[in-house]
Amino acid sequence: MDYVVLLKQVPDLAEELEIDSAGTGLDREWMSYVASEWDEYALEEALQLREANGGTVTCLALGVATGDVDEVLATCLARGADRVVKVGSFDESPDSHAAAAAFAEALEPIPHDLILTGVQAIDDLDGQVGPLLAARRGMPHLSVVTHIAVSGDGRSVTAHQEYAGGVVGEFEVDLPAVLGVQSSREAPRYAPVSRVRQLLKTATIETVDVAGGGPRSGLVVESMSVPETGAAAEMIAGNAQAIAERIAELLAERGITGGAAR
Amino acid sequence: MSGDILVVVEHRDGVILDTTHELLGGAAKLAAAGGGDVVAVLLGSGLAGLAGSLDGASRAIIVDDPGLDAFSPSSYLAALVPLVRERAPDLVLVANSGPGMDVAAGLSAALDLPLAAYVTDITLDGGSPLVTCQLYAGKIQAAVRFEGGRGIATVVAGSFAPTAAGVSPTTETVPAASTDARIRFRGLHRPEAGDVDITREAVLVSVGRGIGEQDNIELVEALAAAVGGAVSSSRPIADSGWLPRTRQVGKSGLKVKPKVYLALGISGAPEHLEGMRGAELIIAVNTDPRAPIFSVAHYGAVADLLDVVPALTARLGG
Repeated sequence: MDYVVLLKQVPDLAEELEIDSAGTGLDREWMSYVASEWDEYALEEALQLREANGGTVTCLALGVATGDVDEVLATCLARGADRVVKVGSFDESPDSHAAAAAFAEALEPIPHDLILTGVQAIDDLDGQVGPLLAARRGMPHLSVVTHIAVSGDGRSVTAHQEYAGGVVGEFEVDLPAVLGVQSSREAPRYAPVSRVRQLLKTATIETVDVAGGGPRSGLVVESMSVPETGAAAEMIAGNAQAIAERIAELLAERGITGGAAR
Repeated sequence: MSGDILVVVEHRDGVILDTTHELLGGAAKLAAAGGGDVVAVLLGSGLAGLAGSLDGASRAIIVDDPGLDAFSPSSYLAALVPLVRERAPDLVLVANSGPGMDVAAGLSAALDLPLAAYVTDITLDGGSPLVTCQLYAGKIQAAVRFEGGRGIATVVAGSFAPTAAGVSPTTETVPAASTDARIRFRGLHRPEAGDVDITREAVLVSVGRGIGEQDNIELVEALAAAVGGAVSSSRPIADSGWLPRTRQVGKSGLKVKPKVYLALGISGAPEHLEGMRGAELIIAVNTDPRAPIFSVAHYGAVADLLDVVPALTARLGG
């Protein structure tokens, strides 16, 4: 069974995001990047499935000038991926339609039974890469997936799709297929920084060129803005004691006075 | 261009989902402003009776096929792609759910129609849709247009109000143009009842990543006991196994409307807000002054929950 994982880097939300001077994108000058959280779940699932069923795990990430794609791929190797491939060469992170087209082209020569990627990324304005890729390659796709299991004959997988209220649908999906992973059965495994550094020097990161001028999202961004957070909230100032005091008053106004027996 | 707005209906257990009613409400408002019909597309088998509850739709297309007895992304797309191509609506509205993501991206790629994701608002500007999208976990919003004026939007739950038009749409029943059974529905799993039903609690003390480590859960349990409420959480806490899944609030968890919702160390990703924005009083404590939770909270404090929670518990005599 050949598993392929698609990964991307996204801006680190621990840092403040600022809008660029044109008002239609993010100011990327000082931006730091992290691997997209859901892609890390996808990788963990692929490694778990390989451990259970055998096979290979190949990781693909787009070659984007911003951020550090080599580090992302070296981290994949440190976690146990068999092979890593850097796809294309982009000045900045392409939109989901262009990313899906690049991955679709790069996958041509790469064996793949099950393609796993994050169900979403925080920057996919024009939809998610997984289902767009699946449509381009004529493969079935299921979103918001957990609990992936490979069938005995290796021709299909079962997976859960999450709905509201904790309800899940169980599906059987013929391979080859693409799944958008919501979370992994275990937290993504730890990759020691020293090991990643070492692999950055010694490991082979393959590169694949892809044709430019592929499809675009067809979206025109008129403007981007930071929503007025806190505009709705009345902010409570002071130290923890003062904050606790004010919250206690707010609760008391609603008849919640504490010491209530359950 | 037809001016029509096509709404993909989601249903489960023979009931139209709330998110579909919201889409129909939003579509009805847009159609009233811009002309054109609201066309609901209901895919299923023997579900014609549901069409009467599609308030807001002027027409309903019922795609009736045994192969559509249950949701399957592959069978839905096989039926929808030719239908949307033929009917050529200006706008296709789909819920931002698992099935919605599957269908919307499939349509976008197959029909070469632009797709706007995480949509929270749509207005008409010069006759064409101006779409507001959430990005970066709600920290940024973008206003976008579709090149050529036509496109698809996946809409976040709670963005539009349902309408009670009270007029049943005219219906038209068609067979599925084709079927694709590569994804087969095997059944629904419902959550087991937990020890506490957080949807019935008047006070929820809800924790997110800001709790730091599992041992700190005790702190919020003590606070919940002091206020006579229950502990709930955002998704990462349930994923970590620190609290049972039955305590999870949000898109894949439970939707709650307590009298008081204390959001402690919860940043307020759109998926979480979807589950709790209806609470009567929301008080948020978070170390990040830019956390989106403060945009829905009534009161907020920029502080570490590990400082505030013990102080509040002590104040309440816990």
